[in-house]
Amino acid sequence: MSRPVLQVEGLSMDFGGIRAMCELDLEVDQGQIVALIGPNGAGKTTFFNCVTGIYNPTEGSIFLNPPDGGKAIRLNGLKPNQVTEKGMARTFQNIRLFQKMTVLENVMIGRHCRTRSYIAGAVFKTRATRREERQTVEISYQILEKVGLAEVVNELAENLPYGAQRRLEIARALATEPFLLLLDEPAAGMNPQETQELDDLIKRIRDEGHSILLIEHDMKLVMSLSDKIYVVDYGKKIAEGSPQQVSSDPAVIKAYLGEDIDA
Amino acid sequence: MFKIEELKKSLLISLWFAFLTFPLLVIKVNPIERTVLWRWENMVYVAIGSFVISILVRLFYLHQERRRERVARGEITLGDPWIQTLLSEPRYLYPFSAAVLAVSLVFPFLFSTYQTNIMITALMYVVLGLGLNIVVGLAGLLDLGYVAFYAVGAYSYALLNYHFDIGFWMALPIGALLAALFGVLLGFPVLRLRGDYLAIVTLGFGEIIRLILENWNEFSQGPSGISNIPRPGLFGMELSLDQAILYLYYLMIAAVAFTIFVVNRLQDSRIGRAWVALREDEIACQAMGIDKRKTKLTAFALGATWAGIVGVIFAAKTTFINPASFTFLESAIILCIVVLGGMGSIFGVIVGALILILLPEHLRALSDYRMLAFGAVLVTMMIFRPQGVVANIRRSYRFESKVDGEAR
Repeated sequence: MSRPVLQVEGLSMDFGGIRAMCELDLEVDQGQIVALIGPNGAGKTTFFNCVTGIYNPTEGSIFLNPPDGGKAIRLNGLKPNQVTEKGMARTFQNIRLFQKMTVLENVMIGRHCRTRSYIAGAVFKTRATRREERQTVEISYQILEKVGLAEVVNELAENLPYGAQRRLEIARALATEPFLLLLDEPAAGMNPQETQELDDLIKRIRDEGHSILLIEHDMKLVMSLSDKIYVVDYGKKIAEGSPQQVSSDPAVIKAYLGEDIDA
Repeated sequence: MFKIEELKKSLLISLWFAFLTFPLLVIKVNPIERTVLWRWENMVYVAIGSFVISILVRLFYLHQERRRERVARGEITLGDPWIQTLLSEPRYLYPFSAAVLAVSLVFPFLFSTYQTNIMITALMYVVLGLGLNIVVGLAGLLDLGYVAFYAVGAYSYALLNYHFDIGFWMALPIGALLAALFGVLLGFPVLRLRGDYLAIVTLGFGEIIRLILENWNEFSQGPSGISNIPRPGLFGMELSLDQAILYLYYLMIAAVAFTIFVVNRLQDSRIGRAWVALREDEIACQAMGIDKRKTKLTAFALGATWAGIVGVIFAAKTTFINPASFTFLESAIILCIVVLGGMGSIFGVIVGALILILLPEHLRALSDYRMLAFGAVLVTMMIFRPQGVVANIRRSYRFESKVDGEAR
């Protein structure tokens, strides 16, 4: 049994006197799609923010294990940009694209942490810089082709339709070469056809060897994609397991639909 | 066409203005002769004036809305504005740049020394604007104390020359470096700040530098300033005043060309993109693996460098500096250049600097109304063209084949 890519143990997060997340354990295995679900305000996005270094968790440990067998990396206390550099990228629930930049440039930003050229290189346009720049453009374009945005590379990000903006966020995250991709409600606000396309896209990304951790409210999408589901409510884990196990779990039904009065 | 309702609105506006200006413009009390002069004709002027302006504004909005509707219905397409075509197509851009360069090279021979002198000032503001453009336009960090770095540059030449007899060409890189250092120094405490808070801290920083220069007499000779700063040398030749101005003019042309070259290279580079990303969304920018701290500090340092260079040249040009040259008003003017010209657009900033520095010089007859006109221009710009005279356009890439993309 190989070790999980992401290993979270006893993660808690306090905001003042409020415990937004309580001793959460979570594992993502290599090549799997794992979903994190729960009612609104359950602490899912808080979990993402802790793992990606936007918040510093109060307790618990987060480990990232590179699938190439590299040393385990403790993520606690790292800054968001360092976390991304280690190989974990994310998208945002409320789209956070660089609005006034073109689609291609948005993806090229994702290449930032994999490239090195700096001021001197930019001013003198050294050979290394030019090569790097050419590579950045090529790789970014290939990623855009993969998510189906190759037609609009020079469009400003703010001019894209909603579904395309979501896909661009995924493309931008992919450009950082993550082995673990964190998607925060990628299907929010999408119509059924767009959701279906997203379903295919996420599967394709998985098949290319990325592991995926996803927060989602669209249960159809979650059930179709996930290898494993974690359910949280009020910051606590209330269930985990395969889609079938979770969907028949009484605690989950209670959390989502409320208690039966007659029972 | 124009609706009656719109006319009614304009009429109401003009009545309101007539009412508001009534006490000031109509009544004139003469306390000595104890008479009141009623100048009713002023009220008519105000009413007619505000009515016409209001109608014009409405017509403009109506025109814009129609245009938008027609675009939406697909009747016309919005072509690229000619100025963007000029700047993005090499076959127009190169001849245009060559023409501008040629004109600027023969400029001192066509116009008087006085005009050349004004042009030198304008060119200095072009470089200052381009420097601040890195910080404000690209990285989106509102810096209201930019003049501090300008002062650092000027004083480093003045003091180094006064104490150690260091020449202009030696002082130029030292001034630039010191300014960059001060940029980093300012950058550290404001790393976590943004928006209004950043603006306040930078404003304070600018004032601190000026107050230090004003009050630390042993160091900077206080408000009396430093005089007898030598002009830039040209291989030890003795230059007359006219020649020195000519020399400075070409020096500034070179400085502007150098700045444009560097800033242009920077803004389409990895670091330039990181600055723009930082401006657009700080959290997403970090989540994409960009080191916020490093990127911000680089922006501050690089922006300050240009101010330092211009500072040294300024000291050499005026041969006398004192803290009064580095007030907040200077920062405000440089910021206006960037905003009016177009944030992030090199060409825009150049146009902005030329407008804001040359126009007041040539309209000296109206100098009483200068600040009034200044304010009016800025307000009008913010309403009708918030992106500036020349908007910034992002570089576009062309891909030849589907399989492997090739950058143009």
